[in-house]
Amino acid sequence: MTDMTSASSPATGKAESSKAKTFHRKVKNYSRYERFWHWSQAILIFTLAFSGFTVHGTIRFIPFATAVMIHDIAAFVLIFLWLFTAFWTFTTGQWRHFVPTNAGLWDVIMHYLVGMMRGQPHPYKRTLSRKQNPLQSFAYFSIMTVVGPLLWLSGLAYMFYSFWEGNSGNNDIFSLVVLLHLIGAFLMVAFVIGHIYMVTTGKTLIHYTKAMITGFEDMELTEAEVTYLETHEPDRIK
Amino acid sequence: MTDHAAFRGLGQAFRLASAAVLLTALTSISGPVIGWSKAYASPTATADKPSTEKQITGKKPGETADHSKFEILQQDFKSGPEVTKACLSCHTEAATQVHDSIHWKWEYDNEKTGQKLGKRYVINAFCGNVASNEARCTSCHAGYGWTDMRKDPPAAPEAVDCLVCHADTQYYKKFPAKAGLPITEPMDFNGKPFKVSNLIEAAQSVSLPQRDNCGACHYYGGGGDGVKHGDIDSSLNKPSKDLDVHMAADGGNMACSACHSGSGHVWPGSRYDMEAKPQARDDEGKKLPSFAMRRMNETASCESCHTDAPHQGKTLEAIKLNNHTDTVACQTCHIPEFARGGVATKMLWDWSTAGKLKDGKPFALKDDKGHPSYDSKKGDFIYEENVKPTYSWFNGQFTYVTDNDPVDTSKPVILNALGGSANDETARIWPFKLMHTKQPIDAESKKLVYMHLFGKDSDAFWKSFDWPNAIKAGQEYMGKDYSGKFEFIETRMWWPITHMVAPSDKAVQCEECHSKGGRLEGIEGVYIPGRDDMPLINWLGYGLIILTILGVAIHTIFRIATRKQRQH
Ligand code: HEM
Repeated sequence: MTDMTSASSPATGKAESSKAKTFHRKVKNYSRYERFWHWSQAILIFTLAFSGFTVHGTIRFIPFATAVMIHDIAAFVLIFLWLFTAFWTFTTGQWRHFVPTNAGLWDVIMHYLVGMMRGQPHPYKRTLSRKQNPLQSFAYFSIMTVVGPLLWLSGLAYMFYSFWEGNSGNNDIFSLVVLLHLIGAFLMVAFVIGHIYMVTTGKTLIHYTKAMITGFEDMELTEAEVTYLETHEPDRIK
Repeated sequence: MTDHAAFRGLGQAFRLASAAVLLTALTSISGPVIGWSKAYASPTATADKPSTEKQITGKKPGETADHSKFEILQQDFKSGPEVTKACLSCHTEAATQVHDSIHWKWEYDNEKTGQKLGKRYVINAFCGNVASNEARCTSCHAGYGWTDMRKDPPAAPEAVDCLVCHADTQYYKKFPAKAGLPITEPMDFNGKPFKVSNLIEAAQSVSLPQRDNCGACHYYGGGGDGVKHGDIDSSLNKPSKDLDVHMAADGGNMACSACHSGSGHVWPGSRYDMEAKPQARDDEGKKLPSFAMRRMNETASCESCHTDAPHQGKTLEAIKLNNHTDTVACQTCHIPEFARGGVATKMLWDWSTAGKLKDGKPFALKDDKGHPSYDSKKGDFIYEENVKPTYSWFNGQFTYVTDNDPVDTSKPVILNALGGSANDETARIWPFKLMHTKQPIDAESKKLVYMHLFGKDSDAFWKSFDWPNAIKAGQEYMGKDYSGKFEFIETRMWWPITHMVAPSDKAVQCEECHSKGGRLEGIEGVYIPGRDDMPLINWLGYGLIILTILGVAIHTIFRIATRKQRQH
């Protein structure tokens, strides 16, 4: 992301070359709530994976009973967090960043596989209206709408099995619930590994991590964007 | 990005609200965390400290009568029946009531399976059969003089034995080989002097049955202390709280009849037909009050006092534990081991080696812990203490192998097959003592045979140690067909474990079942977290994770390899 400029259409964020003047500015891309929920979610998911796979028998660093308690409490907190965040993304309009778009998905994938190795710039220019590239939004959108709900719906069914399973003596449905939960859990772990790795592919290894901690990130802005931020959201730009 | 100011206002409010709610959520959930170890049993079940030295029974003794003051009990009694006559002069209906009980009839009609059971009919995996060995076995009959199983017990009212259940055991003990009678003059049993009963003291000492009354027979089933049940032996006379919270003097101090609480001399709670999952809720799913449960269910079960949600407190742990009660019997976790009181129980009995003689004489051996390991009269044994139960689904029903059922000898024959499976909503996972035995059958008809063990005649095995004659005599006594050929086969018998409930902190811990190779390894038909795998999803899942890591690794290598190039 060097000398590429952006007169991009906000809808796709696809980079097009144009000669418009650009400004390097520090922009606050991640609000305090976003950062809070990102990191608390990270901790919770790590905790859930750790305790969940203890329950599953994959690892046994802590006793089973402890793992169950931790897992169930963390699960509740995470569900709260998700519900709030869902509410938040809608009320603040942030959901826009997550809507997946196929436009340029392939380019992005090819970039990570080939272009990046050749030192080519990222084909996607992040903009104020689209903080995420198509691969990211595809991944996050799937996590938020498929893997997440799969985990917590199956997780809740798992947790409260004796309320729905009751006295029926039907253990097949229970097995199915476990199966779904496990599918979700494996996908989640795979995602987390991939995610952590992708985070290191920024300008520097810690570019993205730093941004998610401080909220601010170096961006190239058009004059119009700078003007907009300075007049409407002065807190967001340094 | 239209009206950002409005969004910001909303966002601000939302941040505050969410922080507040998350905080409340966290604190409300961490309450239970702090209470982790506080899931305790229902306080409704903790009994008051005993006011008298007597144990707590179903009902409190009225103590309106002091039997030592009754003139009729101050006679110089010469025999048990004489005492009974005196008792019946006031307790006019007692004998009739006893005549109606399993303690008297040794007969149990199982309506569900249609089988006629009871000591009178069953051939078990211990001493086998009562028939033809009466005077020995009927030393535990609640009466006097039943010497022939083929006939009903003696009909005379005074043949009922009141004292065995009601007298202080220090004054009264039935002689082992006199069909239920005690001795009043010195006499030896097996070469040792046997306790002489004092009928006058005994008659004046009567009370509601204490544990040692019931125990006088029930502790010694199978021919010795603790032999049969594993969870019932003489250590329950004065148990520590660790051994049995209900019976310990500093625990519940309960007599047997506190749970096996009947009336009219009929005591519920027979093993022949059990309730593996007592109904603890009404049709609408509301918890039944304790008194209603006690009325609906014959025997007191754990649930009658503790309900089906016995782990109290609104803690997560309590909820989690309560979620088990539909599939796991209370006993499964709360009786971690049986034979814990210092009395060993017989786990294996091999009749086939009985009859060896040394210098023409029977002999006995002990193992290195001092437990019997061989006896010429009975064969080889294995006794064990502190035994982890064997677990199985169980819906309360047993189906016995009777003397009429040919058995399949290709595998060990289960003499009392358990009903129930994972898909049976009346079944739960129960703990058992699984008895291993080798005992004789007719080699041709493949039916269990009667062993004539005890008696003065030369056919009795314990006299002449001659199996062919002893079995032939047993079969003839019962009028059964017999090919004349016998063989010893492996049998198994399930003994449900329900006594010796340990304190809650000694209960079985989660891992002991929720792990591979744990206590519930053999339980089928249900997914147990921590024990079970889903092979396919595990393969796919671990595969996916390995592939992801591999992908990351390869990508990293390329990134490093191409770094120089890129910097140009
Ligand atoms: C967010 C909602 C979630 C809920 C409500 C939930 C609930 C549960 C419950 C109730 C169990 C059974 C053991 C116990 O009671 O603790 C369980 C097991 C498990 N959970 Fe979760 N969980 C959630 C999220 C996750 C996440 C994010 C992961 C992993 C990334 C995960 C991985 C597992 C695993 C591996 C097991 C063991 C499954 C087995 O072998 O039986 N869970 N979960």
